[in-house]
Amino acid sequence: MRFFGRGHGACPGCGLTIAVRNVLEALEGKCFVANPTGCLEIISSQYGKNAWGVPYIHSLFDNVAAVASGISEALKAMGREDEGKVVVFAGDGATADIGLTLHGMFDRNHDVIYICLDNEAYQNTGHQQSALTPLGEATTTTPVGKIMLGKMGRKKDMIAIALAHGSPYVATSSAVLPADIRRKVKKAAGIVGAKYIQIHCPCVTGWGIDGKEVVKVGNLAIETALYPIVEFENGKLLTVRKLKDRKPVEEYLKLQRRFRHLFTNPEGKKIIAEIQRIADANALKYNIDLKK
Amino acid sequence: MKKVVRGFYSVAYAVKLCRPNVVCAYPITPQTEIVENLAEMYANGELENCRYITAESEFAAASILVGASAAGARTFTATCSQGLILMSEVLFNAAGMRLPIVVANPNRALSAPLSIWNDLQDSMVLRDAGIIQVYVESNQEAHDMIPQAYKIAEDKRVMLPFMVCLDGFKLTHAHEPVDLLEQSLVDEFLPPYRPEVYLTTKKPVAFGCYAPPNIYMEFRVAMQRAMERAQGVIEKVFREWAEFSRRDWGGHLEIVYPESRNFVIAMGSLVGLLRKVVGELRKEGLSIGLVKLRTFRPFPFEDLRRVLGNAEKIIVIDRSVSLGYEGNLSIELKSALYGLSPEIISMILCLGGRDISKENLEKILRNAVLGKEGSGFKGYIEFEEVVP
Amino acid sequence: MEIKINIGAISEPLQSEKLKTGDWGTEWAVVDKEKCTACRVCEQFCPDGCIEVKKFGDEEYAVVDYNYCKGCGVCASVCRFEAIKMELKELFKIEVC
Ligand SMILES: Cc1ncc(C[n+]2csc(CCOP(=O)(O)OP(=O)(O)O)c2C)c(N)n1
Ligand code: SF4
Ligand code: SF4
Ligand SMILES: [Mg+2]
Repeated sequence: MRFFGRGHGACPGCGLTIAVRNVLEALEGKCFVANPTGCLEIISSQYGKNAWGVPYIHSLFDNVAAVASGISEALKAMGREDEGKVVVFAGDGATADIGLTLHGMFDRNHDVIYICLDNEAYQNTGHQQSALTPLGEATTTTPVGKIMLGKMGRKKDMIAIALAHGSPYVATSSAVLPADIRRKVKKAAGIVGAKYIQIHCPCVTGWGIDGKEVVKVGNLAIETALYPIVEFENGKLLTVRKLKDRKPVEEYLKLQRRFRHLFTNPEGKKIIAEIQRIADANALKYNIDLKK
Repeated sequence: MKKVVRGFYSVAYAVKLCRPNVVCAYPITPQTEIVENLAEMYANGELENCRYITAESEFAAASILVGASAAGARTFTATCSQGLILMSEVLFNAAGMRLPIVVANPNRALSAPLSIWNDLQDSMVLRDAGIIQVYVESNQEAHDMIPQAYKIAEDKRVMLPFMVCLDGFKLTHAHEPVDLLEQSLVDEFLPPYRPEVYLTTKKPVAFGCYAPPNIYMEFRVAMQRAMERAQGVIEKVFREWAEFSRRDWGGHLEIVYPESRNFVIAMGSLVGLLRKVVGELRKEGLSIGLVKLRTFRPFPFEDLRRVLGNAEKIIVIDRSVSLGYEGNLSIELKSALYGLSPEIISMILCLGGRDISKENLEKILRNAVLGKEGSGFKGYIEFEEVVP
Repeated sequence: MEIKINIGAISEPLQSEKLKTGDWGTEWAVVDKEKCTACRVCEQFCPDGCIEVKKFGDEEYAVVDYNYCKGCGVCASVCRFEAIKMELKELFKIEVC
């Protein structure tokens, strides 16, 4: 059985579709998908070229959590909960910026698995910054200029936000960890309430990487502790992906066009140092480094 | 069962009788008690197979209903004014997805200046959305309209959202005797909602697909055709209702004194006052009739041409204005009567809850019929705008 | 010509499969069935769902569906047995003289 058809329009090597296929397979296709406007929607839901093999709805860019809440509650009202889980696949922009309805879904704790596919910018509209764009990334709205070197703010901590809402299950994962995705989605499916899973999804086009590098780059985000892979149940930290030899952030940054200026601009060093500090803080916060 | 109730309750109770599966709204004056009443019914276990959701905004409320409706649920929300225009992105979307969501809109003015009081500006914003709009004159008519709204919206030939517009405060807060419907009657009139296609894992489909330029327009044409078919469906359901309930509210229009040379046309609760005013003016010997416009979308232009085509003068009472042009209903009527000869006088009155006395209304209409007063949007007081 | 359009632009499932994306890339994945251990890791990674381990008698190895393979190279990069190579398509093997 296919739950996400071939022939979709994603760029070769797109991380979104790796994540989506694994989520759908973990749920054995027993799910309802709600998806806001964004790359995933555009590559999968053109009229007559629908890639979805599961019930799917795209409504707007800014309301997916509410739409999913509505599906979940309607299924309850009609006694059809057994049909499947309600799953959201939303971009980082749809989640952390314009997705006004996410906090309502968390608050009311609707039975939804909310998956944020974090490719760290608005890729669908041509790589503009979002609240999940990391420090230093050049985007078309945080370009490199004489007085600015890419995004000059931090990446919003959606994990903390989800936890603050009392979400019963909060986790991060990566498109380059299919087994991890599957395990976490299955786990989330067994928990009632509004679950949040944020999956790091390399974007070949926006990040300026080759398909062959997708897995390497995705792994480096984890190996540098820039993207901690964590899991919380009822607010308690359950698992953390530990690292034996945490790598310096340069190794991750230098492979990607979006960070290239950090290596050519004399001011770039300072930003790299700051990014390293972020990685160090992550490692400390989650106790990522294995003692030798 | 006749009871003296407020407008809120007449709507809320009718909604309950229609057995919705998902009710979701956000409070805004003067809508609030509609959803409070429904919340109370929900809290008392009176809404069966139903989820009542307290949304965090009107935008979310409408979005929740999009998901619910696509999943095959019968849905209801109520909002107005700022809430309605906050919903507007979602409501346009719901119409395009052909989801028969029913919205009660207790009409209220738009900000700024902030006003909680009544006019029809809010629903006019949604004029082009592909949503059916019906305006009611009384709380009984509002009560009766709810089951009809579901029946029309859910008709396979229609499948569009439906807005029941009732004047904020003037109706919502008014105590009126309302003959509350029996559950059995509503059950007989309104079958359960069984959409042919909805979100289900048994037969997966995709809602909300995007359409490239080679096909987008056809989907909009399809909506226009649904609106055209809705004209007939509305008439049929209105007639059916008249037989069922023994209350005949007319068709798209109600015409009082059809043989008149001049007419006044208006929507909503103001019609109640106009009935009296027109009666008085006729006693004075003026040939004036009254047209109550019930259906605003789809706009019943053929009925209007038939009824008003040979009139001498038509006085349009608008309670909303397209700033930079003129009263909304007047604009619509002019286009509907294009090529015919009646003189159309556009009067914009009662914005932001401003009352008009029976005497003043009589004076205005008398002067208009006698040719002493033309179109105008003047306010009631002379003023000059200054910078403080 | 008259066509049918679905109400509300609702679409039937899996219609994307009509679109063959196999001609997108300059390369595509080629599996060395001798090296392939049928571990299925590539299956989980392919963004296009077009590499699958299949059984052929008592042999089992990954097969690429060239109707859809976009030649991204993800599968080759995750194969621990180096069983997948990215090869330039014939069409692009132009001799420069
Ligand atoms: C209200 C509204 N504002 C803006 C847009 C334009 N828009 C569509 S998708 C998008 C960005 C999507 O970014 P993200 O959520 O990160 O998803 P991605 O494409 O990166 O996967 C924008 C800005 C829109 N469709 N609707
Ligand atoms: S732009 Fe990025 S996220 Fe969008 S389809 Fe291409 S690779 Fe995927
Ligand atoms: S090259 Fe890419 S598209 Fe082709 S089989 Fe490998 S992973 Fe799939
Ligand atoms: Mg994004």
